[in-house]
Amino acid sequence: MTANNETNADTKIIRIRIKRQDTPDSQSYHQDFELDYKPNLNVISCLQAIAARPVTVENEDVTPVVWDCNCLEEVCGACTVVINGRVRQSCSTLVDALIAEGTGTASEPILIEPMTKFPVVRDLFVDRTRMFENLKKISGWVPVDGSHDLGPGPVESPESQEERYNLSRCMTCGCCLEACPQFQFDGDFVGAQTIGQTLYFNEHKTGAVLKNERLEVMEQVGGVSDCGNSQNCVKVCPKEIPLSEAIAKIGRQVTVHTVKQFFTGKS
Amino acid sequence: MSQTHPRVIVVGGGLAGLAATFKIAEAGVPVDLFSMVPVKRSHSVCAQGGINACNKVARQQGYSEWLHMDETLYGGDFLQHQPPVYEMTHWAPRIIDLMDRIGVPFNRTAEGERDLRLFGGSLFKRTHFAGASTGQQLLYGLDEQVRRYEAQDKVNKFEFWEFLWPILDDEGHCKGIVAQDMRTMEIKPFLADAVVMATGGNGMVFGKSTMSVICTGSAATRCYQAGAWMGNPEFMQVHPTAIPGEDKCRLMSESARGEGGRVWVPGMKDSDGKWQPHPNSGRHPLEFPDSERYYFLEETYPAYGNLVPRDIATREIFWKCQEGFGVGGGRMVYLDVSHLPQATKDKLKAILEIYEKFTGEDPTEVPMKIFPAIHYSMGGLYTVYSEEEREPVPGDGEKAIGMIPGDPSNMMTNVPGLYAFGEVNYQYHGGTRLGANALLNCIFDGLFCASSVVNHAQANATATDLDPALVERVVQQEKDKVQKLMDSKGTVNPYDLHRRLGEEMTDACTVIRTEERMIQALEAVKSMQTEYENVCLSDTGMWTNQNLSFTRALGDMLIYAEAILIAAIARKESRGSHYRPDYPDRIDDPFQKTSLMKFVDGKQVLEYEDVPTPMVPPRARTYGKT
Ligand SMILES: Cc1cc2nc3c(=O)[nH]c(=O)nc-3n(C[C@H](O)[C@H](O)[C@H](O)COP(=O)(O)OP(=O)(O)OC[C@H]3O[C@@H](n4cnc5c(N)ncnc54)[C@H](O)[C@@H]3O)c2cc1C
Ligand code: SF4
Ligand code: SF4
Ligand code: FES
Repeated sequence: MTANNETNADTKIIRIRIKRQDTPDSQSYHQDFELDYKPNLNVISCLQAIAARPVTVENEDVTPVVWDCNCLEEVCGACTVVINGRVRQSCSTLVDALIAEGTGTASEPILIEPMTKFPVVRDLFVDRTRMFENLKKISGWVPVDGSHDLGPGPVESPESQEERYNLSRCMTCGCCLEACPQFQFDGDFVGAQTIGQTLYFNEHKTGAVLKNERLEVMEQVGGVSDCGNSQNCVKVCPKEIPLSEAIAKIGRQVTVHTVKQFFTGKS
Repeated sequence: MSQTHPRVIVVGGGLAGLAATFKIAEAGVPVDLFSMVPVKRSHSVCAQGGINACNKVARQQGYSEWLHMDETLYGGDFLQHQPPVYEMTHWAPRIIDLMDRIGVPFNRTAEGERDLRLFGGSLFKRTHFAGASTGQQLLYGLDEQVRRYEAQDKVNKFEFWEFLWPILDDEGHCKGIVAQDMRTMEIKPFLADAVVMATGGNGMVFGKSTMSVICTGSAATRCYQAGAWMGNPEFMQVHPTAIPGEDKCRLMSESARGEGGRVWVPGMKDSDGKWQPHPNSGRHPLEFPDSERYYFLEETYPAYGNLVPRDIATREIFWKCQEGFGVGGGRMVYLDVSHLPQATKDKLKAILEIYEKFTGEDPTEVPMKIFPAIHYSMGGLYTVYSEEEREPVPGDGEKAIGMIPGDPSNMMTNVPGLYAFGEVNYQYHGGTRLGANALLNCIFDGLFCASSVVNHAQANATATDLDPALVERVVQQEKDKVQKLMDSKGTVNPYDLHRRLGEEMTDACTVIRTEERMIQALEAVKSMQTEYENVCLSDTGMWTNQNLSFTRALGDMLIYAEAILIAAIARKESRGSHYRPDYPDRIDDPFQKTSLMKFVDGKQVLEYEDVPTPMVPPRARTYGKT
């Protein structure tokens, strides 16, 4: 093959290096695969092609790479991986863009790795249970009386709807956590996703009934004060969730809450 | 969690499964909720357009629940049972209210009311929406309510667990399921007093569709093989404009054409002035002068142009590609919005961004390449219901018939204790589904029929009496299946076989269905079933083996494909999405009937069941075509 040809546009071969790990406790290793170039390939199509023919550049038959995905249109949040050092969705990352970054060649393969802030299950598939558990911690729901017919919800201005809608598009992908210097594999900090969702529920008229409970979580170790304001999160969020505003707002809500507690003596 | 009974198993955490779980847990019955993906990542997140319901504004303009029902029946070419549609459309306004109360951020008018948009098949604005991601927003709302019950230990989630088989007792009543942990690969039985299947559609049978990758229909096919019947499997909706991709077809909403987008193919006029395929049709679209752009919809349908009804647009695009007009000779046509004024392009921003993100091309500059794609399964598991007469209100027809609330039979399959909710349920849409009615049907099934499930479970809380040997047999059957795949020394690559299945089904049984081609496809599918016996896994390990899960589902897809073809070949008429050039008209006698597929001793058998039309008599489905 054309392993040492650097101009992949001519040769129509792309090389991909995948960081693999067979089980949660085993050592990781890398394997290189080559694929025929086609225009408009996304990274998932490459993973699918490798799954169908799991043969490395050394011509070795290996097990197919395991990864997580579902919608293939950047709305389910499943397919997050680290590509060329940057955390992103493998469904909406186009190979052409990675080639334009100068990768995809034998000497500079496209590098695909699992996120580092979550336990690896296998290969690129990680366990993000913690993100969903954090939503429980902050009582991430609107505490309605029940499902009976009690008429419509509160009247809401278009501005308020827009603010909530922008927060509600968070697809629990974990990009913001992977990029965050404060969010650690085994640390307490809940990270930007949970802070954004805290604001989301606090902004709803009925959701605000549980505002104090949520702010108490945000006040503790691992809450909003653990954020170092580096703004990495907002730069990598694929859904453009206004995370910086959310962090600032929740920070203020916590301050007000703490002051109130001080004066009323309530905890 | 202690195993108190009665308890209910819900398989699937899309809109239908979550709505059911919410309501069953609220009734105080514990729920074990199974899903192949974290429920928040279910396919329902893909829905963009909206959800239909009669509302204050439309009502004052003459709209009603009855009209909503009428539109749904007309759209579905009268193939669906009417009382469930009556009940669903009458519940719709309350469903919107509840979704609103749980915090779904519906778009608002200046005054703070819920905003509405126009959608296909109606002259009234009756579609509620949350930005361009209504399905995602509705799903999140229900996910949050279910999380609330999960935090109270009333719901036990089994995410990354795959449903393998229903457990039926000696009398054929469903008493639980066998499932597999997709990480540890452990296979285990779970007992319950009622089981709800809410496992969505089956687009993957056609290879690529607008659906998500787990929409294989395999869960439904497993119930089918275990004795549940299928209804109308031949009815598959094809959306005219999707973005073909290497991995999936992404939807390009109808609003692009609504705002003035034009569909064309490269062409050249011959000496007789007839359009011929362009000899160099693969070159850059901007290199075609207007004289070499064949706006075939506008030429063929001067009145409706690019906005002909969905099924017509789909067929025309398909035919043009078969005649060789497709871009580069392939299966794509252009959908062009590049000529539109900037203000209009801004209105289309959300959907145009999807195109740009996934193709790398800017559709405001370059025409989009689109092709019809499989989008929705009207058919699915066969279910029944109990009906009762209602008092018609002024404006309704003479007779009103709804469903009896809480009756245990509502949306139960022919297998007692086994229910089907959401897209996997064959009810409501008949021959074609109207846009924005699916989200409604999913939530309605879950909310309305939850009390039916609870009543059944409470009256039949006998799962604990089940003979352990019987349970063990089902578990062993599934373990044996896995072992057989693991041991196979064959050479057939499952991904190749799936690609071929998808190509065959898409070619033979989507837009245009000729008898000859479908019979050919049926033969092909049968020989693929034989090939499947020689399928070879590339991963035989017992840790997070996706290769195994996919290959097992492929076996089920091959069975589903056969069911679709058998029913489609036998339906010698055209109705809704089922178009037969050899029988271009709807033929009520004898086809005002549900195709009922039964799996008997390894054979698929087709029977029919009359579809009565007690409220709205069938009329020609013309949409004012001249
Ligand atoms: C691109 C697109 C846009 C759409 N837009 C609209 C719209 O605007 N309006 C509208 O009304 N409809 C729309 N639809 C249709 C609508 O989205 C679907 O019909 C609906 O979301 C189906 O929901 P569901 O709950 O039945 O199933 P799904 O949301 O598909 O969920 C299925 C669930 O079952 C689980 N599951 C499946 N198999 C197994 C198994 N073997 N074991 C365990 N769990 C399993 C999955 O994990 C998942 O949780 C659209 C569809 C598409 C494809
Ligand atoms: S701003 Fe805070 S949450 Fe965001 S990346 Fe920095 S430390 Fe993390
Ligand atoms: S805030 Fe953004 S990056 Fe973080 S989980 Fe949500 S969508 Fe992903
Ligand atoms: S597969 Fe859903 S976000 Fe990529």
